[in-house]
Amino acid sequence: MLDIQTQLFEGQDVRFGPIDYEKDPQVESKWTHDSDFMRMYETDPVRPMSAAMVKKHYEKLEKEIEDEKNMYYFTVRAKSDDRLIGKAMVQWIEWANANGVIRLGVGLVEDRRKGYGSQALRILLRFVFAELNLFRVSARVPEYNVAAIALLKKFGFVEEVRRRQALERDGGRWDLLVFGLLNDEWQDQARPVLSKVEG
Amino acid sequence: MRDLFRGELVRITAEEPEVRAKVEVRWQGDSEFHRLADSEPVMMESEKKLKEWFEKQNEDGFTPERFPFSVRTLDDDKHIGFFVLWLDLIHSEAWVGIGIGEREYWGRGYGTDMMKLCLRYAFTELNVYRVSLGLHAYNPRALRAYEKAGFRLEGRTRKDTRREGRYTDGLWMGILRTEWESMQTEGGT
Repeated sequence: MLDIQTQLFEGQDVRFGPIDYEKDPQVESKWTHDSDFMRMYETDPVRPMSAAMVKKHYEKLEKEIEDEKNMYYFTVRAKSDDRLIGKAMVQWIEWANANGVIRLGVGLVEDRRKGYGSQALRILLRFVFAELNLFRVSARVPEYNVAAIALLKKFGFVEEVRRRQALERDGGRWDLLVFGLLNDEWQDQARPVLSKVEG
Repeated sequence: MRDLFRGELVRITAEEPEVRAKVEVRWQGDSEFHRLADSEPVMMESEKKLKEWFEKQNEDGFTPERFPFSVRTLDDDKHIGFFVLWLDLIHSEAWVGIGIGEREYWGRGYGTDMMKLCLRYAFTELNVYRVSLGLHAYNPRALRAYEKAGFRLEGRTRKDTRREGRYTDGLWMGILRTEWESMQTEGGT
């Protein structure tokens, strides 16, 4: 049976939503002042951003989405109070090849290790595979981000590429890993386990 | 000092925009060339648009991020291809895009010679720590040339390109400065 009743953007404790220009810039500005978080999420040089800079960043992002048509961006919010917890996106989509790159971040230390990232990834994968109909997605992770690697493996992602010493941080060189998950792998493994609505 | 722009078979040049555009129109008409070199759908652009694009590139000069080069043969001075280095200054890495549009020069060592020049430029002029590239699994000729130049295969993104209704893998390669340097002392060029 075709399941269009299940809400794509609802998890157990979190949901996806649009950017809230009133509230979100202050929250995300706070995240950017945590260099640990930023270095897990970004390979570009990290720096603290003011709320005004974050707002500009959102505007740029939404314009890019409209112009390039190869990216989807969501805020991850707590269902209980709509508080901004993180962000989830798929970018660099190549429509002709049906692939894209996913990114996910949970901003505050106190919001981590609570399953929010897992719930957000479940929603994101359903979106990319059952709504965008992508054939595969990739995720790029520095080797020092062990939490992200564990999460990707839990969802069946396969380590496909190890770009040796591609990053320089803290005076050392680190490998950059590329993980991949195919739509049929998600159908076979991830979906029955992770979605209770499947018959 | 060593001539950075001259290899055994080819030399590095900068072509005039109108020359480059005329050639590019012809190369874009070769769909096999495009499908070997790129993962985006084949497309064709007008000579006018391409000329404007190359003119803009000339005006901008070399940006800190992008270093495009044309390549000519030494023996008959034929403009056969190009390579581009995209530089990530922060992590000291360069990505290579390389192609021989003149197909009668495929499989004759020109690509290997171009890649040698490219790596020498990246490691001794841009002074990067590593050089990276990606290619399609259906391009074994390129794989051999890159291996000869010293690149190591670092992985394979499964089924990341769809051609003729079939999914094929992407290959990813890298070479570190230390690896390149040890090849030079072994008596390589």
